[in-house]
Amino acid sequence: MSDTHTTEPVLKIEGLSIAYEPGRYAVKDVSATVRRNSITAIMGPSGCGKSTLLRAMNRMHELYPNIETRGDILLDGKSIFPMSVIELRRKVGMVFQRPNPFPNMTIYENVVAGYSLNDIRLKKNQRDEIVENALRNVTLWDEVKEFLFRKGTFLSGGQQQRLCVARAIAFNPEVLLLDEPTSALDPIATSKIEDLLGELKKKYTIVLVTHNMSQAARISDDSMFMYLGELVEAGRTETLFTTPKDARTEAYLTGKFG
Amino acid sequence: MDNLLIDNIRRRNRTNTRLKYIIIAGAVITVVPIFLIVGNLALKGYRQINLAFFTEPAPDTFQAMMAASSGEVIPGGIANGLTGSLLMVIIASLVSIPLGLMTGVYLYENGTKRYASFIRSLTEILQGVPSIILGIIAYLWVVRNITRGYSALAGSTALTIMMLPLIIRSTEETMKMIPVTIREAAFALGTPYYKMIIKVLIPVSFSGLATGVLLALSRILGETAPLMLTALGSPSVSLDVTRPVSAVPLLIWDFYNDPNMVNLVWSASLFLMVFVLSMNLLSRSIASKHKYI
Ligand SMILES: Nc1ncnc2c1ncn2[C@@H]1O[C@H](COP(=O)(O)OP(=O)(O)O)[C@@H](O)[C@H]1O
Ligand SMILES: [Mg+2]
Repeated sequence: MSDTHTTEPVLKIEGLSIAYEPGRYAVKDVSATVRRNSITAIMGPSGCGKSTLLRAMNRMHELYPNIETRGDILLDGKSIFPMSVIELRRKVGMVFQRPNPFPNMTIYENVVAGYSLNDIRLKKNQRDEIVENALRNVTLWDEVKEFLFRKGTFLSGGQQQRLCVARAIAFNPEVLLLDEPTSALDPIATSKIEDLLGELKKKYTIVLVTHNMSQAARISDDSMFMYLGELVEAGRTETLFTTPKDARTEAYLTGKFG
Repeated sequence: MDNLLIDNIRRRNRTNTRLKYIIIAGAVITVVPIFLIVGNLALKGYRQINLAFFTEPAPDTFQAMMAASSGEVIPGGIANGLTGSLLMVIIASLVSIPLGLMTGVYLYENGTKRYASFIRSLTEILQGVPSIILGIIAYLWVVRNITRGYSALAGSTALTIMMLPLIIRSTEETMKMIPVTIREAAFALGTPYYKMIIKVLIPVSFSGLATGVLLALSRILGETAPLMLTALGSPSVSLDVTRPVSAVPLLIWDFYNDPNMVNLVWSASLFLMVFVLSMNLLSRSIASKHKYI
């Protein structure tokens, strides 16, 4: 508990409320912090606002036209809302539930898509280096180095998901957000992603939405438990799993609902 | 019990075989006429197809009569129709392809808004309007008021109005097939909205968009009725958009009306048929090569 406060948190969420329609809050007055170089798992029954909270962290929730946001999120002490979304999303990358490589792009092009889609020009050798580094970091390099110029969609689901992680970290972000990244994958691909996240947290701060409790227990350092839009409990994963303070957390962890 | 099961399987197999034959028969019924048409046209029209057919304008009645009476190949060709068709199709494409793509993307992006559904209904209505009526509209707008006479521009206008709804519909339908997750992937990388459209949506749906455009093109290439009221026809090669021009289907009609030129009907039709068929095949090959969704 004590060393949580020794370093400035990467993300600080302050009284965040989000409504898709006026008055109907999907996230209610959530305050929390995310420690640097840790994996934070957001858990809770489906529909409790996990995705909404996660997407707010790089303002992807703003894609919905009538969304209403109150409160604030600080990235390294600065509010993310006045920032340009390009700058913010370069610092806070995202991986989705279903692998979504760009189907018209090769594996190589997918990795550097963040640059090409934003018209950031790179020299060929810089690009090659970024591609190789990102693919090595997601342990995909050896599997795909022979077919860098084939379409990304020709890979297996687990490989595609790692390609999507590579695409997100090619920007060298500070934070990586993942929304149930393994729910569409088989157990072997899932464990590869989990191992990968354990490695990646050395460089990046990771926030992971999961409805798989054992996954949260296996790989996360900190956990948040949400219920009906509220953040019921947050803290070290070990503490939260062994001695939950709130009755609702305990009920969830023992499988009473969810 | 066993016997019942075997009986059951036998019956299903019989139904299966019967259905297979029905499907094969259906396929033959659809394919045979196409071969018959092309074969027939080729047999009757091949003699006229030579270099002059593409480089010389249509002959006049007298030349055709002389050739016909001495049993020779009719001189001249369809150069005036080719250039006229090309001119009008290019102008119509320059307007309707960008406008149609933009409108289609707009409708897809703003699908539920009120003015979007208004435009969509308008497009659907326009698609159902008989082409001769579009010819009359182009006649009233362009022939009467702008070029003050029959003109290539008037013809292009009619063809543009025909192409637009086809392209708009196919664009919107194609865009609908792109999974939302692809858009989200682009946005999550900080891609601005318009770049997401240009660099992700359009390339991802390229095959569908190209197919829509090519089918619209092959559809208008054979249009005759609206051109009779607008481009009128011209005996010589002309690239002046304010003057009347010919077109391949207009020439076919002219040839048909001159008993001495019947042979040219077959060769011009053969050309048009083969051209439109190859456009269809081309769109198929593009569609399969760049199919991502
Ligand atoms: N696009 C949307 N429009 C309206 N309501 C939504 C939308 N997305 C999610 N919601 C609502 O917000 C609540 C939280 O959803 P979400 O954050 O997706 O939950 P979770 O990820 O925990 O399953 C749910 O009640 C859901 O119905
Ligand atoms: Mg969710």
